[in-house]
Amino acid sequence: MDGRTLKQREYEGLRPGHYACPGCGMAIAMRLVLKALGSPAVVVSIPGCNAIIGNTYPYSAFNVPAFHSAFEIAAPTAAGIARGLEIRGQGDIPVVAFAGDGGTFDIGLQSLSGAADRNENILYVCLDNEAYMNTGIQSSSATPPFAWTMTTPSGRTGRKKRIMEIILAHRIPYAATASIAFPEDLMRKVIRARNIKGMRFIYILTPCPTGWRTPEDATLRLSLLAVHCKVLPILEIVEGRIRLNMMPKNIPVSEYLKAQGRYRHLKEEEMEAIQREVDEDWNRLLKLTEESPKGQSLS
Amino acid sequence: MKELMTGNEAIAHGVRLSRVQLVAAYPITPQTPIYEKLSQWESEGKLGGVMVRVESEHTAMATCIAASLTGVRVFTASSSQGIALMHEMLHFASGNRVPIVMGCVNRALAVPWAFGSDQTDTLAQRDTGWIQFYCEDNQEALDTVIQAFRVSETVCFPSMVIIDGFYTSHFMEPVEIPPQEAVDEFLPPLPMPNRFDFSVPAFLSNVVGPLDYFRFRQRSFSDMAHSMEVIKRVDEEFGRTFGRSYGVLEGVHLEDAEAVLITSGAITGTARVAVEELRGEGFRMGLLKIRLFRPFPAKEVCRLLEGKRKVGVIDRNISIGQGGIFCQELKAALYPMATRPLVQNYIAGLGGLDVPVELIKEVARDLMGRDREEGPIWMAEP
Repeated sequence: MDGRTLKQREYEGLRPGHYACPGCGMAIAMRLVLKALGSPAVVVSIPGCNAIIGNTYPYSAFNVPAFHSAFEIAAPTAAGIARGLEIRGQGDIPVVAFAGDGGTFDIGLQSLSGAADRNENILYVCLDNEAYMNTGIQSSSATPPFAWTMTTPSGRTGRKKRIMEIILAHRIPYAATASIAFPEDLMRKVIRARNIKGMRFIYILTPCPTGWRTPEDATLRLSLLAVHCKVLPILEIVEGRIRLNMMPKNIPVSEYLKAQGRYRHLKEEEMEAIQREVDEDWNRLLKLTEESPKGQSLS
Repeated sequence: MKELMTGNEAIAHGVRLSRVQLVAAYPITPQTPIYEKLSQWESEGKLGGVMVRVESEHTAMATCIAASLTGVRVFTASSSQGIALMHEMLHFASGNRVPIVMGCVNRALAVPWAFGSDQTDTLAQRDTGWIQFYCEDNQEALDTVIQAFRVSETVCFPSMVIIDGFYTSHFMEPVEIPPQEAVDEFLPPLPMPNRFDFSVPAFLSNVVGPLDYFRFRQRSFSDMAHSMEVIKRVDEEFGRTFGRSYGVLEGVHLEDAEAVLITSGAITGTARVAVEELRGEGFRMGLLKIRLFRPFPAKEVCRLLEGKRKVGVIDRNISIGQGGIFCQELKAALYPMATRPLVQNYIAGLGGLDVPVELIKEVARDLMGRDREEGPIWMAEP
């Protein structure tokens, strides 16, 4: 960070009067990203909660110019704007794309891959609330195994895509994961990303009280649990080198699951299966970290 | 001084002369040579703008829309499946009132898979709010690209410059390349502002209520109607500068014509020959070329067809369940006339099937001997 703490940074990029549900993790994430990004900047929103949070015509919750694009084109929209600004001699103005898990893992994956391949000069922020929440809680490929949604009423049978490995395969200059439970880390990453040219990707897990069936005041606690249960590893990938930023406390994943209504139906063996998968993923990540060139872990 | 070139090359020259700043493109037959030519010029430093080699036509249009919002001049080109894939973005472009110009090379839509010319790909986009020019030959294609930028940037609607796959896109013709200085004078740098105003941050293209939606659509409709005058004026001015103009319609021998054939695109060139031959045989045939499809020149069509007894519309396109699309539009345009001509629809040349002079003469003979209308007549062979 630039020496200032969260509280010392007075600028707000997300204004009061946004349209998020009470306790929305995504609104917190967007506030932190825009606060760190500063002004001038351009925001690209796509259909999903992030655009709705921006409010409706003629209002705007964004303190910088924003554009509501189409569902599957967050990345190329941001890229087109960034290229236009570059042509106009304003290439130093950051362009950030906000997309949910549907817009990133599913419908926008192709155009995200294309933009990453072209190393477009954009900051892409994936705000993952683990289902199509804006349309009323339907399963996406980011919905975790066994989770209840309106389209997986007896629990999702698929597994969550490893989006960071997909991003890693594109060898972009910068990628990171972040949590709203660690705002200083999140903002440090946004500032670091802002100062890098080329494609940058930040993934943020954003708990959703409406869709996760959790109390409105549980969002930050769930975010913290996600990190310490190893559900969300906090890491950075710089030029292909993976670096873990935080050592989880290794809390059993059941603590995280039992706090959410969407897992209310879980049987003991399903909970054990999730724990096994979390452990497997963590060990796989450690191995990837060791194998990555000059990989550093747990620093 | 004329150069021999294909229709695709002619469009590429139009793009280069228009000093396009960004081209986002994706390959598809038969449009690909436009993309290749522009890439070649870019690598040789002869193209002022940048090429963005995207991963789909959908992204090509998305990139063009986004870049255009910042106030830079953009171009893309596509055909068939690519235009169909763009469909969502075409509405997006006109709704955002961005002055994109797209070269469209007509090609049959799958299935069955085919590669030849067929206008259904662009006509299926008629309700997207794009201006559509159907060009007859290579020179007209080059000139229309330059005109289209001027029109689009004046009225804030995107334009399609449309040619027939292979017949126009790949056949060589002598084409006059206008001097750069004259084009620069005709088409000054893009007068559009950057729509992202950092001093007054707004949320563009945002969700609106039903009344605002209604009013935005109403505004688009009336603005598109007003663009007709701009399109005519730009074409006339182009004519004064470069010595070539095309009109939104072109009538041939309409003064004394008893029956009139209506064509668009490359078939028009063949129809000109057929009409001359028929007149030589003693038949008073006329020809009406429709160059501008959106906005549709309804009043102009009525004026030119006033007093005509029979009209035959040749459509290289088909709306399954209705008929040829130019014919539908023409019939709707003629409805207010006190005395309407007989209008017979002929479907020809789908999938790139050749439409030779003899086939058009067959159409004309059928029309002249006809005393009542019937459903579309399918004309595959003379």
